[in-house]
Amino acid sequence: MANLFDWVNERAPNLAPTFRKHMTEYYAPKNFNLWYYFGSLAILVLVNQIVTGIFLTMNYKTSALEAFNSVEYIMRDVEWGWLIRYMHSTGASLFFVVVFLHMFRGIMYGSFKRPRELVWILGMLIFLVLMAEAFMGYVLPWGNMSFWGAKVIISLFGTIPYIGPGLVEWIMGDFLPADATLNRFFALHVIALPLVLLLLVVLHLAALHEVGSNNPDGVDVKHGPKGNRWDASKPIDAIPFHPYYTVKDLVGVGFFLLIAAFIIFFAPTFGGWFLEHDNFTPANNLVTPTHIKPSWYFTPFYAILRMIPSFFGTAIWGVIGMFGSILMLALLPWLDRGEVRSVRFRGMGYRIALAVLVISFLSLGAVGAGVTAELIPEWFPGADATTLENAFGRVMTVAYFGFFIFIWVYTHFGLEKTKPVPERVTTHD
Amino acid sequence: MIKRYLSAMALALGLFVVTVPAFAQEGGEGLPSAGTNVNDRASLQRGAKLFFNYCVGCHSLKYVRYSRVASDLGLSEDEVMSNLNFTGAKFGEPVISHMPADSAKTWFGKEPPDLSLEARAKGVDFIFNYLNSFYLDPSRPVGWNNTVFPNASMPNPLWELQGLQVAVHSEATPGHDSVVEKLELSQPGRMTPEEFKGATRDLATFLEYTAEPAVLQRQSVGVWVVLFLALLTFLLYLVKHEYWKDVHENH
Repeated sequence: MANLFDWVNERAPNLAPTFRKHMTEYYAPKNFNLWYYFGSLAILVLVNQIVTGIFLTMNYKTSALEAFNSVEYIMRDVEWGWLIRYMHSTGASLFFVVVFLHMFRGIMYGSFKRPRELVWILGMLIFLVLMAEAFMGYVLPWGNMSFWGAKVIISLFGTIPYIGPGLVEWIMGDFLPADATLNRFFALHVIALPLVLLLLVVLHLAALHEVGSNNPDGVDVKHGPKGNRWDASKPIDAIPFHPYYTVKDLVGVGFFLLIAAFIIFFAPTFGGWFLEHDNFTPANNLVTPTHIKPSWYFTPFYAILRMIPSFFGTAIWGVIGMFGSILMLALLPWLDRGEVRSVRFRGMGYRIALAVLVISFLSLGAVGAGVTAELIPEWFPGADATTLENAFGRVMTVAYFGFFIFIWVYTHFGLEKTKPVPERVTTHD
Repeated sequence: MIKRYLSAMALALGLFVVTVPAFAQEGGEGLPSAGTNVNDRASLQRGAKLFFNYCVGCHSLKYVRYSRVASDLGLSEDEVMSNLNFTGAKFGEPVISHMPADSAKTWFGKEPPDLSLEARAKGVDFIFNYLNSFYLDPSRPVGWNNTVFPNASMPNPLWELQGLQVAVHSEATPGHDSVVEKLELSQPGRMTPEEFKGATRDLATFLEYTAEPAVLQRQSVGVWVVLFLALLTFLLYLVKHEYWKDVHENH
């Protein structure tokens, strides 16, 4: 074994140091809290999606005629096929749960700020690719919601002036979502996008390890005092990732798997939120589902699309708003000029704005999922439900974008009254 | 510390266990609950018997094999082939109705849908209430209508069991059309209303099973997986606790 190691080391002398830098001797602040589990959990889910995905492709048939049947074949006739499929479908939803919490952590503790802008941008690219990946995966079972969801989302490109209608046909390869669409989505979902995703994840981690992890206090441990019990030259408030965070993350993994198992084994459709009722009917271009809505993780963005009205004879404003809402997140490092990272030491205005961001995001999710369309007539009988819903959705859209505008004004003009940031991390328990 | 961990875990799991059943039922919206229990084998067997006597004439279960029904419902090959299989299919073949598609279109205006996934697409509550809500309506082509699914093309296949229901209409007032207020039994069938509710519940249970045969397996396996993971998580916590003693000593 030692000989083998020497043999490799002679031929690739940089391999071992690289491994140490990124894995065993990566020093991380010692005060990570609950919010710091979601990065490693995202990797866990990614691996789950890839492994279960490989097994699904062994029995899935890429054809508009056979796709739906082949999914039922997996669910019924393939040994443990139902488990593989539920792990994949539940994993898709939990991926977004984990990623949303991971992103919120970054906003809350200012992890996107200098010097971690590159980490944040790479993360936003991962988020974009993940959304494309999820959308295309959703189309593959070729249920009726797959079909109509694909039709609605692809039609968004039709709002682009001049090239729109041609672009829609080019994307679908037909005049409707059809066999050609399904085949190219399969290729993208199974090969192209996962490759991009993996590359971006590697870059995201490499960029992170270059600058080091942030922490709940937003304290720069690298610039603090040196010397801990493992290494005299490393920050005093940092600990080696292995074994301390490996064992800690494993506890998070166990807990996460427990929750995932509850869903997979006892509520795999999650009441129609993870697997929709309408998607248990095969794709049919003659029968429109009563409510066409995207998967829950797209609903906040979908609500922004719906709530922005058409004017000047085009519906493109909603599409711009939808993509703009994601772009805003990517621009955060330049919108937020505040020097203080963590919400723990930031001004009251920032705390309130952060709460508004969460409320508006969840409310938009409810609008996009049709929850408000159901509740408003119940709560306000006799009122004009559409007007009320639009008013609510538009207020929340303004609140969402308002967060980003407020943050810029608040920090650019020095209105924020921050608390002093301590020299060292305020220790955990 | 361990106590705190255990109580936090118990609390989180408790909350989760309370919320999951709310999402677990795949019911229709606003309909009375069917009250099915898919783990009730006797109910599944009665439901299967009803399905193969009253439904398979028109409706297929193209994703369901006779052999699978036998093993999941605890029936022998003989029992299934002589009591349930009236289509002449082989034991390992799926349940396909013999109704010619063309004639079906002439008779009912549309082809009777495959019911394999009906309980997942519409919900068991829908199936249960639909089967209980047929009434005579001479204005419809086949003479039947339904309050849960108005203007359905299907006549009541279980009328012999349920008897004949008629609709009691409300008075039509200006601006409001007359609506069906309630259904009344005008001629009793072979079953009492209570027995019929039980029978349709069994049928809904059987269709809940056909929509996802894995439901029986996943719940029984799931209990063990969850118990294993709870133990594993606890052990992992102990490992973490042990290692982190270094970190706590350090500062």
